[in-house]
Amino acid sequence: MNIIKFYQKGTYTVGNRLVSEEERTTQSSQERTNSITCGHRACQGCGEALGARYAIDSAMRATNNQLIAVNATGCLEVFTTPYPETSWQIPWIHSLFGNAAAVATGVAAAQRIKGRDNVRVIAQGGDGGTTDIGFGCLSGMFERNDDVLYICYDNQAYMNTGVQRSSATPPAARTATTPPVGPEPGNVFGTGKNVPLIAMAHNIPYVATAAVADLRDLEAKVTKAMGIRGARYIHILVPCPLGWGSAAHDTVRVARLAVESGIFPLFEAEHGVVTNSTAIRRQVPVADYLLAQRRFAHLFKKGKPVDDRAGRLQAMADENIRRYNLLRGEETDR
Amino acid sequence: MLKQTEGSHAVAEAVGLCRPEVICAYPITPQTHIVEGLGELVKSGHLKGCEYINVESEFAALSVAIGASAAGARAYTATSSQGLLFMAEAVYNASGLGLPIVMTLGNRAIGAPINIWNDHSDAMALRDAGWIQLFAETNQEAVDLHIQAFKLAEILSCPVMVCVDGFILTHAVERIDVPEQELVDAFLPPYEPVQVLDPKDPVSIGAMVGPEAFTEVRYLEHHKQMRALDLIPELSAEFKSIFGRDAGGLVRPYRTEGADTIVVAMGSVNGTIKDVIDDRREAGDKIGCLSICSFRPFPLEEVRAELLGVRRIVVLEKSLAVGLGGVLASHVRMALRGRNQLVYTLIAGLGGRPILKKSLSAFLSKVEAEPHADVHFLDLKNDIVEREIERASQQRRSGPTAENVLKHIGSPMAGLV
Amino acid sequence: MMFQARFHGRGGQGVVTAAEMLSVAAFLEGKHAQAFPSFGSERMGAPVVSFCRISDREIRLREPVLEPDALVIQDPTLLHSVDLFSGLKSDGAVIINSTKDVADLGLDALVERLPAGNIRSVGATELAMKHIGRPLPNAVMLGGLAAMTGVIKLESVIAAIRQAFPGAIGDSNVAAATAAFEVVAANKKDAVSC
Repeated sequence: MNIIKFYQKGTYTVGNRLVSEEERTTQSSQERTNSITCGHRACQGCGEALGARYAIDSAMRATNNQLIAVNATGCLEVFTTPYPETSWQIPWIHSLFGNAAAVATGVAAAQRIKGRDNVRVIAQGGDGGTTDIGFGCLSGMFERNDDVLYICYDNQAYMNTGVQRSSATPPAARTATTPPVGPEPGNVFGTGKNVPLIAMAHNIPYVATAAVADLRDLEAKVTKAMGIRGARYIHILVPCPLGWGSAAHDTVRVARLAVESGIFPLFEAEHGVVTNSTAIRRQVPVADYLLAQRRFAHLFKKGKPVDDRAGRLQAMADENIRRYNLLRGEETDR
Repeated sequence: MLKQTEGSHAVAEAVGLCRPEVICAYPITPQTHIVEGLGELVKSGHLKGCEYINVESEFAALSVAIGASAAGARAYTATSSQGLLFMAEAVYNASGLGLPIVMTLGNRAIGAPINIWNDHSDAMALRDAGWIQLFAETNQEAVDLHIQAFKLAEILSCPVMVCVDGFILTHAVERIDVPEQELVDAFLPPYEPVQVLDPKDPVSIGAMVGPEAFTEVRYLEHHKQMRALDLIPELSAEFKSIFGRDAGGLVRPYRTEGADTIVVAMGSVNGTIKDVIDDRREAGDKIGCLSICSFRPFPLEEVRAELLGVRRIVVLEKSLAVGLGGVLASHVRMALRGRNQLVYTLIAGLGGRPILKKSLSAFLSKVEAEPHADVHFLDLKNDIVEREIERASQQRRSGPTAENVLKHIGSPMAGLV
Repeated sequence: MMFQARFHGRGGQGVVTAAEMLSVAAFLEGKHAQAFPSFGSERMGAPVVSFCRISDREIRLREPVLEPDALVIQDPTLLHSVDLFSGLKSDGAVIINSTKDVADLGLDALVERLPAGNIRSVGATELAMKHIGRPLPNAVMLGGLAAMTGVIKLESVIAAIRQAFPGAIGDSNVAAATAAFEVVAANKKDAVSC
């Protein structure tokens, strides 16, 4: 691929018009399936609606439209199927909150037994349905190496039920069950579950993290995943304006700040070993990311940290940068 | 083919004959031999066109079956007791979505206290979840009911639970006729789904339904079970015409002609009851029994027809509605609504306590004197119970009830039974 | 006709298989038979009980065998620790796995109340060691039971053993069971109660 050092003015987006057709994003194509069609009831600026559309359309392209989706209970399921309508243009099933991975295993087994090897299966859920209540089934699916791509749309709390804390909620964040009061306002440090690392510990063929800030990266990862057989996991950071207290128009920007600060590292792994990470192009302080969201407002007063917690979050970002070698001082093509 | 074989093994063979496509298994006593048998049939290549998936919990087991069934595959799983509860959410999900999954329930008591032996508390716990529930009296009937179950489930698009008494049937070796594949194929055609996940014709399954339509969806589930009341006897008759024997159906009366007393029960205990009936008839007692095979849908009209006018009805059940009394007995009373007939609730066999001919006969002699109390516990150890009540009233920290009772009883090997 | 047998032993001695094999032997003779274990917490070495009913007609009863026609005691160490003889019919038969004479087993009261020759001892473990090379007395005891009660024929026991244990293991078990049958059958004619 040609490395084009060309960005559209005011953004960091590489224009599609100057690359060949195969290299253009699925979203830029008139042929995209638009698997989640318009009319759904997502909030203004919903990161999950964006992430799901990107991911599923890519997967449809990669599988020649032979895809079945299994959805856990959560925002995506609710806003895409408001009775009596559905915005799904592909075969889709919602069973329960905690069993998307297991249901997907069953769907995949049915395809195999009926000789329909070309039909592929995606299971998807939010962080609640993946890192908490769906964790047992997720681990089982990984352990069996079932031919399922599991996508977690991580908005870092139980948003559909009113912004309650999950094991994906970052330290210090405000949620309805970790209110910003008392000696340690917001979510406590020293808790939380890193599911991409846990997925890697299962030695599955492919694990990746992605964010809605980088469309091309997300699509490439989904496409790559669909080219692999066996258990695969993609964890996508999807800002939630409502739950995060960020502006609806800032969803992509906030996601980019998460990536460029190092607090949300982008990487890929195969069979338990990191194979690739996306270098940070222009590092930003974690504080820039935190200040864009009211869920971290209690960490600051007049833009200055009130205690050491913003600093500890910076330290977490620095550790990611070190671990995944995110500051390589190279020009990237993204 | 006639064999002398373990009940579980025969059930595994029967399920295999039904050409399942996806089997998902999680072990729990006393169903383990069934899923092990099926695993072997698949792995050895004996059972072709079937995927056998080892799952990490019962919740996963039924969820995998849900996915497979929704994708058009004939799906099967098995569980008991605690496992059924662990998959409870999925049990309601399967019936709510209208998926024709067949599941063997190796009936076992639900804890606490933990108990691996047979009673019907597990089936009763999920009796209103929308699944059809059939009870097998013998291992032969267990085999036959599984074959009928797949057809019943698929015609109605409703999941079916075949209840087989744990240990008493599952672990008993007896004479069983395991049918030939051709006969099963003649009875059970390939699965034609009512709804299916298919890229060629996408549908959304499992969307939210609000107050505007939920009642109608539930009504239609109930309607399915009302249809089952007709379909179950039809299938039983069709089964007989192909396989040459009686199996299934709604209810089965035994020597009820002119009876003053009828004993009503479900499952394997009916065998013992029939022996008691024969003994007492010989002694001049006008007594019969009624076996209920279909618990859901509950055949109110058929039960009423069999029991109408009978002076005394003894409902012997292996379940206890704590705080109320009998579960089956309540259903029987509903069948006899508006009638002034004596219905006795006899709770027996809880946690695997053997139901002895001797004890049952003694109770039936007592019932002829028409005692006032209508809830009875067969072979209840009154002294133990009284001692524990007394102990608990003496001091606040009287200790765990179960352990105290066990202390009173002494070593579990002190008695043979 | 209803024949009820109860088997006593310890976990790991094949007590459950013994009851099953007896039921298979009866099945092969065209009879109805029901075999089942007492469903305790099975651990190696713990006392285990299993049951077998044999009848010309369908067996409907589902309760443990409370009044056995025959008792098979695979482990003599159980003799004085568990009440093995509970419910034994007044003309019931008892076969005990032991090289000792019945007179030396401390069962005088039982010997008194049963008809002469109704308690026998057979060194089944020793026969098993000799023919099979492992101390598994279950199939052996069935040979003895067949001779003692005549409820099933030796050929049926042999066929049942072969169904349970294929190949060489089946052969050796058959040899041991046959040996036990012959020992018991030979002594039956001049059996005395002690």
